[in-house]
Amino acid sequence: MANTQINPTRMELTRLKKKLTTATRGHKLLKDKRDELMRQFLDLVRENKMLREKVEQGIKNANKNFVLARAAMSKESLYTALLAPKQDISIDVSSKNIMSVDIPVFDIKTRTPDKNDIFSYGFAFTSSDLDDAVQSLSDILPDMLRLAEVEKSCQLMAAEIEKTRRRVNALEHVMIPETKEQIKYITMKLDENERSTQTRLMKVKDMMLKEAHGY
Amino acid sequence: MFRAAVIGDRDSIYGFASLGFEVNVVEQGEDPKQQFRRLCEGEYAVIYVTEAVASQVQAEIEHYKENQTPAIILIPGVTGNTGEGIASVKKSVEKAVGSDIIFND
Repeated sequence: MANTQINPTRMELTRLKKKLTTATRGHKLLKDKRDELMRQFLDLVRENKMLREKVEQGIKNANKNFVLARAAMSKESLYTALLAPKQDISIDVSSKNIMSVDIPVFDIKTRTPDKNDIFSYGFAFTSSDLDDAVQSLSDILPDMLRLAEVEKSCQLMAAEIEKTRRRVNALEHVMIPETKEQIKYITMKLDENERSTQTRLMKVKDMMLKEAHGY
Repeated sequence: MFRAAVIGDRDSIYGFASLGFEVNVVEQGEDPKQQFRRLCEGEYAVIYVTEAVASQVQAEIEHYKENQTPAIILIPGVTGNTGEGIASVKKSVEKAVGSDIIFND
C-alpha cells in the first residue's frame, strides 16, 4: 500500500475514486453471481449424487445379470450375440447458459424407435439371462445419460465458482482496501498542502500590513 | 452429431454394445492412454470409463474437465465399485464450496 508510489494530485484522486466505484460495483455483482451459482450448484450436485447412486446400483445389477449370462453361455456365442448391435445412439449437444457458465444439454436420439431393438440376437441360441442383462442395462440408460449431463455441469460450475470466489476475495481484501488507502493518502496530502498555503498567506498578509502601516 | 462411447475391460462393458454405445475394449495389461486420448479427440459427447481404466488416465481426465465435451463419467466395473465415481463428485463440491457439505452424512 504505502510502498506503491502515487502522485498526490487532484487528477489521481478523481481517477482512484472512479476506480473504487467500479471495484465496489464489480464486487457486488460478482458476489451476487457467486451466490446464485452456488445455489444452483448445490441443487445440481444433490441430483448428481442421487443419480450416481442409482446408476451405480443399476450397473451393479446389470453386471450381475451379465455374469449369469456368461455362465450359461459360451464366451464365443455371447460375444457374437452382441457383436452387431441394432440400436445406435447419437447425441445432439446444445448448451445452456447458467450465470455465464455454458453447460451442455444432451439430446439423445436412437436410430430405431423400437424399444426391443436392444436385442441384437436371435432368441433361440442365447440364454434368457442375457435378455435380462441387456434389459436391465437399457433401463438405466436414461439415468446414465442424465448423469453425464449433470456431472459435467457440476464440474464446469465448480470451476467457475472457484474462479468467481477468487475474484470476489481479491476485490474485497486487496483491491478495495488498497484503493481506499490511496484515496485517504491523497486527501490528507492535499489537505495538508491547503493548510500550508493558508498559513503562508496569513503570514505574508501580516508582513505586508506591518510594512504599510507600521503595526 | 456426437456419439457415446464406453472404455474398459471386456467383461465390464461388452453389454453396452447392445444399447448402441461404441465399445472400446482395453485388453489385460494394455496401456489405455492412447485409446482414451483418441476417444477424447473424437466426436463423442459422453465417454463412460470404468474405474479401473480411469485410474490409469487420471491426467487426461483432469485435462478434459474444463471442456464442455466430452463428459467423462466413471462407472463401476464388473469387479465392483471402488467409490472412485462418488469421490469425483465430492471433489467438485470441495472445489466449489471449500469443504464437503453434501456427503458428510
